[in-house]
Amino acid sequence: MKILVLIGNVPDTTTKIKFNADQTGIDTAGVQWIINPWDEFALTRAMELKEAYAGAISSVVVANVGSSQTEPTLRKALAVGADKAIRIDAEAKDAFFVATQLAQIAGEYELILAGIEASDYNGSAVGGMLAELLDRSSVSAVTGLDLKDDKLLVTREIDGGNQHLLCTTPLLAIVQKGIAKEVRIPAMRGIMMARTKPLEVIAPVESSYATSIQKLELPPTKAACKMVAEDNVKELVRLLKEEAKVL
Amino acid sequence: MSILIYTENWDGKFKKVSFELASYAAALAEQTGKQAIAVSLGEVENSELEKLGQYGIGKIVTAQDKRFATLDNKAITKAIAAAAKQVQAEVIILSHDNLGKAIAPRLAIRCNAGLVTAVTGLPESLNPFIVHKNVFTGKAIAHIKIEKEVKVLTLAYNSFGLNEKHSSVEITSFDPDLTDSDFSMEVLDTTKVTGKVLLNEADIVVSGGRGMKSADNWYLIEELAEELGAATACSRPVSDEGWRPHDEHVGQTGKIISPNLYFAFGISGAIQHLGGVSSSKVIVAVNKDPEAPIFEAADYGITGDALKVLPELIQAVKDTKNQ
Ligand SMILES: Cc1cc2nc3c(=O)[nH]c(=O)nc-3n(C[C@H](O)[C@H](O)[C@H](O)COP(=O)(O)OP(=O)(O)OC[C@H]3O[C@@H](n4cnc5c(N)ncnc54)[C@H](O)[C@@H]3O)c2cc1C
Ligand SMILES: Nc1ncnc2c1ncn2[C@@H]1O[C@H](COP(=O)(O)O)[C@@H](O)[C@H]1O
Repeated sequence: MKILVLIGNVPDTTTKIKFNADQTGIDTAGVQWIINPWDEFALTRAMELKEAYAGAISSVVVANVGSSQTEPTLRKALAVGADKAIRIDAEAKDAFFVATQLAQIAGEYELILAGIEASDYNGSAVGGMLAELLDRSSVSAVTGLDLKDDKLLVTREIDGGNQHLLCTTPLLAIVQKGIAKEVRIPAMRGIMMARTKPLEVIAPVESSYATSIQKLELPPTKAACKMVAEDNVKELVRLLKEEAKVL
Repeated sequence: MSILIYTENWDGKFKKVSFELASYAAALAEQTGKQAIAVSLGEVENSELEKLGQYGIGKIVTAQDKRFATLDNKAITKAIAAAAKQVQAEVIILSHDNLGKAIAPRLAIRCNAGLVTAVTGLPESLNPFIVHKNVFTGKAIAHIKIEKEVKVLTLAYNSFGLNEKHSSVEITSFDPDLTDSDFSMEVLDTTKVTGKVLLNEADIVVSGGRGMKSADNWYLIEELAEELGAATACSRPVSDEGWRPHDEHVGQTGKIISPNLYFAFGISGAIQHLGGVSSSKVIVAVNKDPEAPIFEAADYGITGDALKVLPELIQAVKDTKNQ
């Protein structure tokens, strides 16, 4: 089985957001880029599976749709242990565009892992779109993934509980936290090896956008926090009841 | 042309989010002069379906097939797409929960539609069609234009609220035209969270962080939650430590919630935590460090020891109830 892990390239989660001149994107000056947190979990789990089932899993490949600026992120994924990286050379402006690009390379992988969302535009879109484009089954909110004979044992969160499923391949699993305990950090050896691993660059196919960002703005600023003394908890309850009207 | 919502059921009952979706669709229908229609999949009794009429839904199309209970993403997508075609849906809306997030992108491809997830209000413009949502995990708001004729949206929790608007409902069944091969997954077992208020749906959430010191102190969080009819939540290190289950963790990598009232006990207010809770209507923080960043996001605060404040707060809430 070959596993494909989709890798989003996003600003570090502590980044202060500044907008570009026309306010349709962010000012990328000084931004630290990271592997989208959920994709990092997915990659970690893929590596764990490959180690546990060396006979059954032949390779773990990572793919990203992005400009050459995303290559350090892909190199990091290689350093974590992926065998090969593929970059589709186009700016990732919209989930539909990204999914149609990925569809050209993803079909041959029996198992595709995507994250539940990218921490930039919080789309929760690419994984599901790709599954539909490939006409294959998908499971979402996956918190556990294992091999069982020639099938996949999947744990997923549903709205109000959890489920264990037995799924056949090909499958696209959309993962969330819980899928791996702790993410892997590249070791020195991994970083050295990553330099010699293949990073293939592919030209994009003709596609279009389904959405476009008209404007970004900052959320409204909050009024100052009203402080209540520690020994006056009753007053807090009164304020919540009478002023905020939420009790 | 119509506005179509997908109303999920849980053992034949709708959840609050379905009524919020209905309220949203009714308002959008009014704005656009179209009809608000719901699609329901699986076994739901008419008396339950009719409840959607209290929130302005005029028509329901249903496929009473019990195979939908496996929540197979591909099959559900096909079925909603078939319903959308039948009622000529122009806007299709799902809730931004686990199932909605799983289905909406598939549906967008199937219906050749444009998708925006987790929208936080009615469109600000219909032509062009522009909606807004939080991006960068609450650090910015994006106004997004959908370029396609058909639109698929998911609605962020508690961002619209409930609006009663009585309407008589016409219930018809439709044939989603599915075969057994459309249902490919085998459900081994399902564990349900019972007797607890669901985190995503709760009006009030009581949450604790590392400042709660140990899992043994959580009875205080649970007792306050119980008094208030609230759900419980926690910060990420708390679930990492195993003090609380993973599905209670809120924040950037956990659940994103927007209750009317969020209590943060012993939570520092890291940016990744705030990403999951900053759209709560009112935030109350109790932290012994007056400089903790949580106070910048909070509306009301107490500088103090959570373990001392909690018992008093529980008592104060009890007292106001008895008044
Ligand atoms: C990629 C990434 C993603 C992340 N995602 C999330 C996420 O989704 N959710 C999340 O929560 N975190 C997330 N984090 C972690 C986040 O950065 C913080 O480390 C975390 O939120 C801190 O949790 P805390 O506030 O419980 O603990 P701490 O930061 O340790 O804060 C404890 C607080 O309790 C106070 N305190 C101590 N004792 C008491 C007492 N007796 N009474 C009252 N107050 C007391 C202290 O003053 C302090 O402010 C993420 C981090 C990264 C890098
Ligand atoms: N540009 C991209 N290249 C490769 N995969 C992506 C890209 N953008 C998003 N993804 C994948 O899709 C998931 C959901 O992203 P999104 O739909 O943008 O929220 C991410 O967790 C990634 O796994």
